[in-house]
Amino acid sequence: MRELSLNVLDIAQNSVSAEASLIELVVREDRRAHELMLGVYDNGKGMTAEQVAAVRDPFFTTRTTRKVGMGVPLFKMAAEMTGGSLSIESEVGVGTRVEAFFHTDHVDFVPLGDMCSTVVMLITMNLQIDFIYRVQVDGSAFTLDTRELKEILGDVPLNDPDIARWIKDYITENTANLTEVQE
Amino acid sequence: MKSLEELMALRDAAKAKMTARDDSTALTRVVVGMATCGIAAGARPVMNKFTEEIEKRGLTNVTVAQTGCIGMCQYEPIVEVTEPGKEKVTYVLMNPEKAVKVVVDHLVNGNPVAEYTVGAIKK
Repeated sequence: MRELSLNVLDIAQNSVSAEASLIELVVREDRRAHELMLGVYDNGKGMTAEQVAAVRDPFFTTRTTRKVGMGVPLFKMAAEMTGGSLSIESEVGVGTRVEAFFHTDHVDFVPLGDMCSTVVMLITMNLQIDFIYRVQVDGSAFTLDTRELKEILGDVPLNDPDIARWIKDYITENTANLTEVQE
Repeated sequence: MKSLEELMALRDAAKAKMTARDDSTALTRVVVGMATCGIAAGARPVMNKFTEEIEKRGLTNVTVAQTGCIGMCQYEPIVEVTEPGKEKVTYVLMNPEKAVKVVVDHLVNGNPVAEYTVGAIKK
């Protein structure tokens, strides 16, 4: 993956498959400490302890089209390459929490990239699911909650082209000084 | 700065447009493979391009959706176009430039781009 935001998109697809009704995406950065945390939390069907243990293994997958599942292993690798780590907590019937920790000053740190694109795509392609997007950088924070948007919009869908563009601009403007495009 | 108040104004405009168009006509579906293989191969910019071009050209009878792994990971990004009453067309090794051509030739003018299809690559 060329950007961490693509890993986040990929990991969040697992939450979609797990039939979550609420998915939370978190970007938390401490710039002085050069630390970044990317979190994907859902209230989907969750996994058993055995599945949690197996999911880091590329040769474990629930898919039927082929025999490998690279999503979590790739995310884990991206974190560990920077001296960071990946953690997964899950409970059947409750949900799953995936957190990846990165050292942003490490030479092998992959840039976060276009998180806005990831978030807008997830929101507009999964209208039945509510999303919370939280960005926290040092002292500043931004939160988008699609439940708030849906309340305003009523029966106008979030994937209406004008609405989708507004969401994109809204995130971009409000996170411009938070999320860097790290060179 | 964009605000939630602005969204209310947009909602009213969108509502007016919704009642103006009739979505009951048969829809063409554009489906992009968005599993790990697709994403890693560049499916996100391809999907963004389809959405952008379809909106730009006002193709209100076309929907864009995502799916999981289609099973031919080496040919990702894969895009399937299904028109009502016609056989599904599977495009492989897509990129944003090819997406524009598919929108113009196939979705607007009704001529599938044979050279991008899975049939062309397997020969």
